[in-house]
Amino acid sequence: MAELFPNLSIAYGEIFLALGAMVLLMVGVFKKDSVNLVSWLSVAFMAIALFLTIGAGAEQQYTFSNLFVADGFTRFMKILVLVAAALAVIMSREFFRLEGDNRFEFPVLLVLATVGMMIMVSANDLMSLYMGIELQSLSLYVLAAFKRDSERSTEAGLKYFVLGALSSGILLYGCSLVYGFIGSTNFSSIATALSNMGDGNAPIGAVVGLVFVLAGLAFKVSAVPFHMWTPDVYEGSQTPVTAFFAVAPKVAALALLARTLYVPFGDMSGSWTQVIMFMSIASMLLGSFAAIMQTNIKRLMAYSSIGHVGFALLGLIAGTSGGLRGLIIYMTIYLVMNVGTFVCIMSMRRKEDGMVEDIKELSGLSQNHPALALAISIFMFSLAGVPPLAGFFAKWYVIIPIVTQGHFVLATIAVLASVVGAYYYIRIVKVMYFDDQVEGFLPQKSFPMKIIVTLAAVLIIAFIVPQISTPILESATAAAQGMDPN
Amino acid sequence: MIAAICFYIFATILVGSAVMVVFSKNPVHSVLFLILAFFNAAGLFVLLGAEFVAMILVIVYVGAVAVMFLFVVMMLDINFTELRKGVQDYLPIGLLIGFILLVEMVVIVGGWSMSDGIAITITAATPPANEITNTDAIGRILYTDYIYLFQIAGLVLLVAMIGAIVLTHRKRPGVKKQNIGDQVRRRRGDAFEAIDVKPGQGIGKI
Repeated sequence: MAELFPNLSIAYGEIFLALGAMVLLMVGVFKKDSVNLVSWLSVAFMAIALFLTIGAGAEQQYTFSNLFVADGFTRFMKILVLVAAALAVIMSREFFRLEGDNRFEFPVLLVLATVGMMIMVSANDLMSLYMGIELQSLSLYVLAAFKRDSERSTEAGLKYFVLGALSSGILLYGCSLVYGFIGSTNFSSIATALSNMGDGNAPIGAVVGLVFVLAGLAFKVSAVPFHMWTPDVYEGSQTPVTAFFAVAPKVAALALLARTLYVPFGDMSGSWTQVIMFMSIASMLLGSFAAIMQTNIKRLMAYSSIGHVGFALLGLIAGTSGGLRGLIIYMTIYLVMNVGTFVCIMSMRRKEDGMVEDIKELSGLSQNHPALALAISIFMFSLAGVPPLAGFFAKWYVIIPIVTQGHFVLATIAVLASVVGAYYYIRIVKVMYFDDQVEGFLPQKSFPMKIIVTLAAVLIIAFIVPQISTPILESATAAAQGMDPN
Repeated sequence: MIAAICFYIFATILVGSAVMVVFSKNPVHSVLFLILAFFNAAGLFVLLGAEFVAMILVIVYVGAVAVMFLFVVMMLDINFTELRKGVQDYLPIGLLIGFILLVEMVVIVGGWSMSDGIAITITAATPPANEITNTDAIGRILYTDYIYLFQIAGLVLLVAMIGAIVLTHRKRPGVKKQNIGDQVRRRRGDAFEAIDVKPGQGIGKI
């Protein structure tokens, strides 16, 4: 029987942020012109939630009748989500100040989406998994359509909503099949039931259900073949929204995917390894080849994110603690690279045209803005995985576990895909340094943006220094072992 | 015996009104038949012992959804005769698809069996159905075991509300709203002036 009062202490971060969102809403509604206040308050709330999450400790604990789990893994992933979300709020403030859009709901929705992501990361039941996804997605649909006067933004929101609703339906269908054939929605109970059944004896309905659940989750991480929405939504949404989409939801959904596969369905790894393997290979290849043709930098980043998800999924194929560690490190470095890149994209602004997104607008950037060009080059080389930058190590730590598991073909495909990917990343560097000079952008005056981009660039270069990388690697190892995969 | 009679009455009216939803000429009649169909479905649920679902069906579907349909049908000027134009052309293929679905359902129900693994699966503990009603059973867990999900559902609804306002609410210029404070504070002097008009001079400039 459930305890009289659930242990709330491990969920303080979520509870605080959810209450904070309501406070922000009240402040925004009753105080005139409070968008600045609401934005900075939401950053402060996220910071407090971050400390509460860290303070919750790393040992595995359950609460809310086993619907909620907190351990080292969830703690690390929540930190990533909160950092990404806070940076997105700061970036959006700078962006909307220049655009003259002063609706305070933006940070509020971002905070609520973050609560949804934290719930996803901590889900220990198919029901809390679904509720977390739904809270997150619903906020994201609204954010995608936030610029309601723009046809592209509305189209992005609508497309995301329709396809997202479809994927939620598929996910729920899978959950109901799993529940019907296994008899529980709780991750721990599913794991017990499957281990009682023995290896390979899982009922066929549960296998079908798992495949449907995987399809629903693959949509959320935009893995091929469920990636179709990504380029349109990334292009149509406003740039800070895209910057948010590219990082935080992916981290949360991958954390959820990792837990779903490792904890409840760990005994069915024979069934899901092939599915993940296919998604991973297809994502890496499509991300690399389709990006070559892109002229819009946000579309390019969309395909790039599809490719990166493919690499991150490699960590899951290994099925070991080392693979999970690779995934964690990958997402950490991916966060830094992507945030930096999107700050640079948001600097592409001219006086008369406003935001520009075409890659050819970067032509000759090295003469107009040498610092910006240098920063973009660092991010592009890192995204391509050129040593000694951080992006190389990210790929290194996901490929090593699968090589030790004997998946040589897979590792070879991964390396080849990253070679193809390098072409379109480095093409941007070529455009900036060797093409004819065009009109420059407005100088980036915002202090926070400069700090973010400098910090990201320095972290990427400095990752090779052991003093910088060792703490990250060690906490990733601890986080991976915290989930206790089989 | 009575249950069987009730079942056939409810089922017949349900199917009949469902057919009328599709075939009635007047869209308002369609919605009214839909409400009748909901009521009969609720009756069927009561016969199954699922009184909670029956009440939800009446409250949510009849009370909210059907009334909303009625509003939509009456407020939006949709030309329903235009929408119906293709019925004759599509009737054969529609009937064919319906027939295939029917056959498939018969096959599924006919071949119904429990999963082989059911013996070794663990099942969630359910309270004995003859001791407590299902409203009671849901009430026992909804605010205790599942309080977490219940609260998240509240947050999801909050997001839906914020989203609807963000995406549709606009400040319209020139909208006049009643301000009771201003109305009460208004004195005679604000709108009324007594002028002593001298003969032959008019009122001059005001």
